[in-house]
Amino acid sequence: MDSIAIELRGIDKSFGPVHANKNINLKVRKGTIHGVIGENGAGKSTLMSILYGFYQADSGEIHVDGRQVTIRDPNAAIAAGIGMVHQHFMLVENFTVLENIMLGAEESQILNKGIAKARDELKRLEREYALEVNPDAVIEELPVGLQQRVEILKALYRRADILILDEPTGVLTPAEADHLFRVLEQLKSQGKTIILITHKLREIMAITDEVSVMRRGEMVATRTTAETSVEELAELMVGRRVLLRVEKGEAKPADVKLSVNGLTVKDSRGVTMVDNVSFNLRAGEIVGIAGVAGNGQSELLEAISGIRRAVSGEVHLNGKAIDVTGHVDPRELRDRGLAHVPEDRHHVGLVLKFEECENAILGYHHDKRYLNGVFLNVDAIRKDAEQRIAEYDIRPPNARLKTANFSGGNQQKIVLAREMERGPDVLIIGQPTRGVDVGAIEFIHKRIIEMRDQGKAVLLVSVELDEIRALSDRILVMFAGRVVGERDPDATEGELGLLMAGVEGRKEAAE
Amino acid sequence: MSNPYAKLPGWVEYGLVPLVNLAVAFLVAGLVVLLVGENPLEAAYHLINGAFGRGEYIGFTLYYATTFIFTGLAVAVAFHAGLFNIGGEGQAYVGGIGVALACLWLDQTMPWFVVFPLAIIGSALFGAAWAFLPGWLQAKRGSHIVITTIMFNFIASSLMVYLLTRVLKPLGSMSPQTRTFAEGGQLPKLDWLLGIFGLDIGTAPFNVSFLLALVAAFGVWLLIWRTKLGYEMRTMGHSPSAARYAGMSESRITVITMMISGALAGMMALNPIMGEQGRMQLDFVQGAGFVGIAVALMGRSHPAGIIPAAVLFGVLYQGGAEISFEMPSISRDMIVIIQGLVILFAGALENMFRPAITRLFSTSSRRAAVVAQTKGA
Repeated sequence: MDSIAIELRGIDKSFGPVHANKNINLKVRKGTIHGVIGENGAGKSTLMSILYGFYQADSGEIHVDGRQVTIRDPNAAIAAGIGMVHQHFMLVENFTVLENIMLGAEESQILNKGIAKARDELKRLEREYALEVNPDAVIEELPVGLQQRVEILKALYRRADILILDEPTGVLTPAEADHLFRVLEQLKSQGKTIILITHKLREIMAITDEVSVMRRGEMVATRTTAETSVEELAELMVGRRVLLRVEKGEAKPADVKLSVNGLTVKDSRGVTMVDNVSFNLRAGEIVGIAGVAGNGQSELLEAISGIRRAVSGEVHLNGKAIDVTGHVDPRELRDRGLAHVPEDRHHVGLVLKFEECENAILGYHHDKRYLNGVFLNVDAIRKDAEQRIAEYDIRPPNARLKTANFSGGNQQKIVLAREMERGPDVLIIGQPTRGVDVGAIEFIHKRIIEMRDQGKAVLLVSVELDEIRALSDRILVMFAGRVVGERDPDATEGELGLLMAGVEGRKEAAE
Repeated sequence: MSNPYAKLPGWVEYGLVPLVNLAVAFLVAGLVVLLVGENPLEAAYHLINGAFGRGEYIGFTLYYATTFIFTGLAVAVAFHAGLFNIGGEGQAYVGGIGVALACLWLDQTMPWFVVFPLAIIGSALFGAAWAFLPGWLQAKRGSHIVITTIMFNFIASSLMVYLLTRVLKPLGSMSPQTRTFAEGGQLPKLDWLLGIFGLDIGTAPFNVSFLLALVAAFGVWLLIWRTKLGYEMRTMGHSPSAARYAGMSESRITVITMMISGALAGMMALNPIMGEQGRMQLDFVQGAGFVGIAVALMGRSHPAGIIPAAVLFGVLYQGGAEISFEMPSISRDMIVIIQGLVILFAGALENMFRPAITRLFSTSSRRAAVVAQTKGA
């Protein structure tokens, strides 16, 4: 098994002034699982997009099975035997599994023959790789794990020998992720080559044979997984030593700051997203809400922060009721001491086209400090922004730069600085480190714990279980809109995983 | 990394890109002139000469530009809040009522500088009122503003026909227009302004509403970039979800923005009614509301861009009229084609040449960066 499935030689790619890939060399051996890790913006996705034909490299060569190939578009990649499973699935939601799999490979204008053929082929693939899925199920009715399986089947149906998986576990429960890894092992044993792109070091250690590390557009190292460690990989990714787990002392919970009682929220289609949720949040504690994305956490945050109207239930902030079922003015909540770091900083927490200093007052622009009558006090706004840039080490330190030009981590710091700086009583944070590089994660986690130690109440929602476990003093697990359990932060991952998958929860509810 | 449209230097973004677009528009227009069997160079000469050749011509060019500054600003203000106000035409038309009422009321007793402020207020009020309804319907009922403002243009048109044939027309007159205002209802010309440059204004109707247009442009800049309301408008324009998060009221901003937009469009009526005709006529807007869309697009919704864009369209109107006068085989419709091409290339296709220009500049700036690096090392 020593032949090379894919070799990249001197791949170079720039987008305008951004040098995304610098002279990348990579060899992936046939029949192995090869991990590619790096921080956000390190150039992993660009490199894989070049391999899959979304972008053309400015220079460099791609060799597949020892032959040089030119990959101008995804069709050429498929012809060369390369298949890709995207982070965001490329499935037609209202088509069946079978229709999705044959999409683009129908073979004739009349579908009947193609359908029959696809059905046979799908059966064969299921047998061979133990990838069971009902071919007539409609995609939108399948759980995420199965949708991903359809993506894998799509690639295999097109006779891919090399599979690229881009952050495949981001949307999966721990159990689904384990299942995916078993499938990948199975594929490997059948001689397929797999490239796994991720930023989760644990996955790399668990499943890959070899791992390549990217940093700032460069390939900085390739290691045999068995001979490296999480610490070494983290250091290679960031370029310096990082603390993987934040230090924190005992929590000293005091008065209840936020109490949620029987809160029920429906989405625009009338589907119940938050189902009769109740909990208390005290000063001086961090309560983490764990759960797979899409189980109502987002809607819960939106309802508490006044962005989305609840159907029923009560929420009290500092002992006074918030009219969550009626009209809530987010501005009034801010005045009453509730700050909110939204999950989606690109569309909600920030206006990307604004200058940094303009975003630094978003939601606080009524503050007299920033106004001269109806006019903005531009000097005060900029001065404040500059001060916070220094305090939160936001880079580049330029209050007049367009927000879109900051990295994910620095954008998140802009939001955090804005929401934390006024010392709110209650801070609710959604996905504090999504799309944030490892170095900034450490900083953000420290700040959140500092807030707690100053006696603030922190409500944290994250799909990263590690993060929840590292920061929280209590963990609530949400599944299908309900809180299905409360655990201590030292609960095992397996235990939380079962709750997140709704297994344990159903039992508890039944009792 | 994910942004292939890297940031360009300011002079490229706001200077070179529009210029390239404009050049291409004129090239294609030149081809059209060739097709009709005329000499494009001659047409170009008449266009430029007709717009700038004499003090009088310049006066006409700036007279048209005044009109387009108002309607361009109107469209731009709405753009900033993410609203596409296509109703500038109707708002300007209805704004005329405010001007006409002020003039008819006081023109015989008061000097122009008393009537003018009242006419400004009147035009703004009537224009704002005409934009209020579409804004309110969008905010409260979700009726799309593009549709409603178009419809309101038609309603405005019918309303004005009614008013000018039945209500505002003097008894016994055959033409659908108000009586001609006395001196108090007519704005002084800016002959002294052109006189500074040694130009003679002749019969051109270039008048003080040009100065008002410049003040309005500065006011719009202040509003958008220096007030809390402008900040809220821009937030909503870029990201309605961020506006909701920040506790801004979408419906309030929508209604207010539309009213400001309508007021600016309405003020356009001052220029033809008080500045040129000295009376309100049927169809005095003459499509200026729609030209405003092109002006706002070309000027990137920034007052500093809108003024030159408005002057450009003033050149096209005035110079274009000269072309059809001097070259009879090029009809008035041909001029409309040329104007259409400018709108097409400068507005709708404004990004056509941008990737190429971006590539050009990113490679050269990277080279510069490399040079700087090696020097630093």
